[in-house]
Amino acid sequence: MNLVLRDAIQRMVPYGSRVLDLGCGDGALLAFLQQHHGCSGYGVEINDANVLACVKQGVNVIQLNLDQGLAMFGDQSFDVVLQIDTLQHLRNAQTMLQETVRVGRLGIVTFPNFAHWPNRISVLQGYMPVTRKLPYQWYDTPNIRVATFADFLALAKNTQLHIKDAFGLQDDGVVRWWPNARAATAVFKLAAPTL
Amino acid sequence: MSFFATPQSLSFEQPLPLKGGGVLHPYQLTYETYGQLNDQRNNAVLVCHALNASHHVAGSYKGQAKSEGWWDNMIGPGKPVDTNRFFVIGVNNVGSCFGSTGPMHHNPITGRIYGADFPVVTVEDWVNSQARLLDHLGIDQLAAVMGGSLGGMQALSWSLQYPERVRHAVVIASAPNLNAENIAFNEVARRAITTDPDFHGGHFYAHGVVPKRGLRIARMLGHITYLSDDVMNTKFGRMLQDGESFKYSTQEIEFQIESYLRYQGDKFSEYFDANTYLLITRALDYFDPASAFKGQLTQALAQASAQFLLVSFTTDWRFAPARSREMVQALVANKRQVSYAEIDAPHGHDAFLLDDPRYLSLVRAYFDRIHLGADA
Repeated sequence: MNLVLRDAIQRMVPYGSRVLDLGCGDGALLAFLQQHHGCSGYGVEINDANVLACVKQGVNVIQLNLDQGLAMFGDQSFDVVLQIDTLQHLRNAQTMLQETVRVGRLGIVTFPNFAHWPNRISVLQGYMPVTRKLPYQWYDTPNIRVATFADFLALAKNTQLHIKDAFGLQDDGVVRWWPNARAATAVFKLAAPTL
Repeated sequence: MSFFATPQSLSFEQPLPLKGGGVLHPYQLTYETYGQLNDQRNNAVLVCHALNASHHVAGSYKGQAKSEGWWDNMIGPGKPVDTNRFFVIGVNNVGSCFGSTGPMHHNPITGRIYGADFPVVTVEDWVNSQARLLDHLGIDQLAAVMGGSLGGMQALSWSLQYPERVRHAVVIASAPNLNAENIAFNEVARRAITTDPDFHGGHFYAHGVVPKRGLRIARMLGHITYLSDDVMNTKFGRMLQDGESFKYSTQEIEFQIESYLRYQGDKFSEYFDANTYLLITRALDYFDPASAFKGQLTQALAQASAQFLLVSFTTDWRFAPARSREMVQALVANKRQVSYAEIDAPHGHDAFLLDDPRYLSLVRAYFDRIHLGADA
């Protein structure tokens, strides 16, 4: 996985955390956090090949369709719940964000920022963007939810998610100034609303 | 390349106390082993069998065609559970009819065949008897215990009864207890047997008969529930047994599915013991580790310390994925190491015995990760 993204996640995950990684892919991130950051936990995946890859790396994986929700996991039962580039594949994106902060004391959500300037130019030219971060054509994309950094801020406000940190990521590092236009990846650190 | 298996037997003089009261004494276990126990004695894998299987898990018998073990696709040299690395033990459970002490044997106290007097045995009793076999083989701790269906229940029970003796538990197409529908199927099967006039209250041996009608019906019913609607339709559909047109007969075989089920029933009634069928379905019904914890599975599984692999199959309606998820949920709540795969296979409950590459690769990957120390 992208090292800038991995480092950014590692900085946000407290050492030794119990982690639930939603849409964990081949388990590389969890394997890294287990080996280098004292973490434990589980990945959740729907794809058979990814489930196998996780088992091969020694990452605990639970095969589950996230569209069915997180009923299997108890309230605040994980230190951190990760949704790394998973949000854009979910039908119930808003529910899953609420579930993320129900199950985890901390939620870390990343997704491709549709308002990154090359995407804006592409749309201004009349075409849907095709970039490294969004490599698909409009007709074959698995991304059923496309959103911008600013969209997410609005949703977080509506959903009463507590945003503990928000920034963008580019290949050369963290983007804190105008991330809505200047970053390909949006990163949010969330918690449940404090009552 | 397959290999030849050799069944062995071991007699136990020490009485086996049973959960339902009473003891089994003396008794004998029939078992097979494959591969070599290593010097550290830490590479043993116990395979637990389901309703109609036996200790003959893998390999074949010399000079007997088509005598491969029931999990020969899973276990053997170079197979997912690789006997070049692991020492695998298959054991026939007491009450069964493939060599270990069962209802067709003589009760040493009365000198008569047990028949209906064979004591009711439970999953927990089987696990205790298997533990004694391990004691005899000099195995303190299993690298893994594994099984499908009722075998999976034994694997789960191992992790609760002897947590310190199990490093990994592989529970496939199983459940933490039977639901009402499952018990209902078992009851229909049992009634088919016990109402067969040749059953004689379970003492048919003395009459020189076998309640084959009951066994056939029990097997036909069971077989339907082990398949899926899809796979039956694909395999048989509405195809007729003979010719193109109906015979318009109420008793002759019309459809191929009828012929298939009758064949399965006939075959089964030739080798399976009627009392064993009652005993084993009862063991299924009784298994419920959460019952001692007011139905709280999470509390029940808190006793386990093993790492777990659970697998279910999407079209298995007898041991549905939801039942496996209950176990996963309870293990996660206890912060246990667990991986769970839900294989999208069309074959229903029987899928756990079949060659699905996703399933076999997953089990292979899991066993490849089991650490055996310096020699691994």
